[in-house]
Amino acid sequence: MNTILVWLIKVLIIYGGLLGTAALMTLAERKVSAWIQHRKGPNRVGPCGILQPLADGVKLFFKEEVLPAGANRLLFRFAPALTALPAMMTVAVIPFGGELELFGITTKLSIADLDIGVLYILAVGGLGIYGIILGGWASNSKYSLLGGLRASAQMVSYELSMILAIVAVIAVTGSLDLREIAQAQAAFTDWNIWRQPLACGLFVVTMFAETNRHPFDFAECEPELVGGFHTEYSSMKFGLYFLGEYSAMVVMACLATTLFLGGWSVPFVPEAHWLLGLAAFMAKTACFLFLYIWVRWTLPRLRFDQLMGLGWKVMLPLALLNLFITGALLSLTGA
Amino acid sequence: MTVTREFAFSQGLPPAGAIPGSPGTFDPDDPLHGELLRLNVGPQHPATHGVLRLMVTLDGETIHEMEPVVGYLHRGKEKAAESLGWRKFFAHTDRLDYVQPLLNNVGYALTLEKLAGVEVPERAQVLRVLLMELSRIMAHLIYLGTTSIDLGAISMFFFTFEERERAYNVLDAYTGHRMNHSFVRLGGVYADVDAEVEQALADFIEQFPAKIDQFESLLTGNRIWHDRNRNVGIMTGEEAKAWSLTGPNLRGSGVDCDLRKDEPYSGYEDYDFEVPVGTIGDCYDRYLVRVEEMRQATRLCSQALARLKETRGAPVLMEDRRFVLPPKQTVQTSMEELIHQFKIVTDMPLPAGEAYQGVESSKGELGFFAVSDGTSSPVRCHIRAPGLMNVQVIPLLARGRLFSDTVAIIGSLDFVMGEVDR
Repeated sequence: MNTILVWLIKVLIIYGGLLGTAALMTLAERKVSAWIQHRKGPNRVGPCGILQPLADGVKLFFKEEVLPAGANRLLFRFAPALTALPAMMTVAVIPFGGELELFGITTKLSIADLDIGVLYILAVGGLGIYGIILGGWASNSKYSLLGGLRASAQMVSYELSMILAIVAVIAVTGSLDLREIAQAQAAFTDWNIWRQPLACGLFVVTMFAETNRHPFDFAECEPELVGGFHTEYSSMKFGLYFLGEYSAMVVMACLATTLFLGGWSVPFVPEAHWLLGLAAFMAKTACFLFLYIWVRWTLPRLRFDQLMGLGWKVMLPLALLNLFITGALLSLTGA
Repeated sequence: MTVTREFAFSQGLPPAGAIPGSPGTFDPDDPLHGELLRLNVGPQHPATHGVLRLMVTLDGETIHEMEPVVGYLHRGKEKAAESLGWRKFFAHTDRLDYVQPLLNNVGYALTLEKLAGVEVPERAQVLRVLLMELSRIMAHLIYLGTTSIDLGAISMFFFTFEERERAYNVLDAYTGHRMNHSFVRLGGVYADVDAEVEQALADFIEQFPAKIDQFESLLTGNRIWHDRNRNVGIMTGEEAKAWSLTGPNLRGSGVDCDLRKDEPYSGYEDYDFEVPVGTIGDCYDRYLVRVEEMRQATRLCSQALARLKETRGAPVLMEDRRFVLPPKQTVQTSMEELIHQFKIVTDMPLPAGEAYQGVESSKGELGFFAVSDGTSSPVRCHIRAPGLMNVQVIPLLARGRLFSDTVAIIGSLDFVMGEVDR
């Protein structure tokens, strides 16, 4: 009974946290872009505009739902959920901290500790692209269709490099369990960013492509494709795409933290309190999230065939080379 | 002066025919080719810079055929000139290329002066050069901002508009308007600069080169920006000439042709500036040319400012009462001046004949061709809008390229629909 209660509470907190962070990210995006562009950003709703995401959500709920003529009714309605759902499911295996004891109950700071956590994230997270492809196809709009097509072309070109970059990390750690990967980096000097710098760089680049973020946001690409795959979407269906995108960003930032920045390990504090560990985890994640926003408002956008060139001609060979060197070193040292 | 940049990652020109998806690859009999997609882009579309409409035929993502459709902003400006008369049309020239109203004003004023056979005072010419070069900077800032936003560098748009805002404030203080100034008159400019405006102008000019460096630091050496623009939309000098392109688009293709040098007006022959030209005529060259033109315009502005100091106190408007309104105070005290005012406002004939004057606008040669039968309005007033020629070459450059390249090409050709449609 107790176990189920604890588990339920964890689910509520972690999902609430994910959705809350995703909502706050929409605000952060606008605030940071405003700073970069010498503007003020939203500051009317609540103190410093902190309630802006709430106002946006309410507004989206009250908007009219438009079903374009000739659209595939089922898929058109289903596609946004298909994008939002995987992003939210993947957060289940992220370890936010070590063991903690509260009110006499000992538990671990994650919803589930899967032995194949990395595999689960890649498999489920990869489904998110279907929502974009289907949404683009089901809208019966040429712009949406082109956006969906680009999304599919994009996916095949970066996912391989991403997986190979992660495989190098797995080779170093010897485990697919995210908790074990994080625990193996307990000391600051053991962080995978030092042991696998190339894999870290590749992962960060592909992370942008995985979440359809600028400079790889060809599926939206508003100057060319108006709104890309979500041109025809309105109201909360559009909101769901948004939520999915931002949730995916948060989860990918969490994953990057776990894989390369030692998860909840606090630099130079060996046995940190779990709260401090959680704060460290959140701070590291925030760095990646800030990077997402920073890049979006600084760089121009690539052409989608240039991403494919980058994926196949640069990142894939680099990832393979990295894996080869990692493997060679591991077998030489006999680890 | 050739503007060119080489980086470690520059790969040079692709061999002939190696540009992906060269035109004519679509074979309708090939069962694997699928079908062509007809896509309507615009007139309301984020990348069309106003109300340009493009009918695109896509073969996958490759452009098989593209047809620009203009006319959505047609307001009959040329016809309006015939009914409004010589003087009142000044306000309409503002609305041609509305990002550089003063340059249009000067172009029209020069044509009328040629027709009337009058010479404007020296200080007025200096002021005109100053205003024209400031307009050029402002227009190129729009080009930079909108092209960047098309290629995804959204913040650049805000940075350039911040600068434009500064220029707006200066012009607001000088002309009394932020846009659509109508400040130039037949015979000079409406008013002299006061000390405050002169200082504001000098301040703007002084801080601006550093801003150009900042813009360049964000774009010029940026690998993504480079790859999106280099070898995209290549146009040879011959092609550019054949399509009667002028201005930065022609110079981007390596043709050294600038009206300010070749057929100087407003005393441009006395200024020291260089004309940047590109090497291969791609979007990147056109970008480099425009950036360098902003620098040169800054140089011209500071030279003009120095001349303003020398000619302080000199008249900025002719005293010729056939064409130039008398000052308001004298109208109220002098009978003759009142008659002059009445005559000019109601009926100001220009000598019969025809005149053409082109000025180097930010988009190319902006020409006004006016035919007079000796009455107070033109028989015909044709406007040679460089933007129209720029629109013409879009299909030439876009054919066979990817759809994503259209935004780079459209942006780099730089036109304003108000001028194209007139």
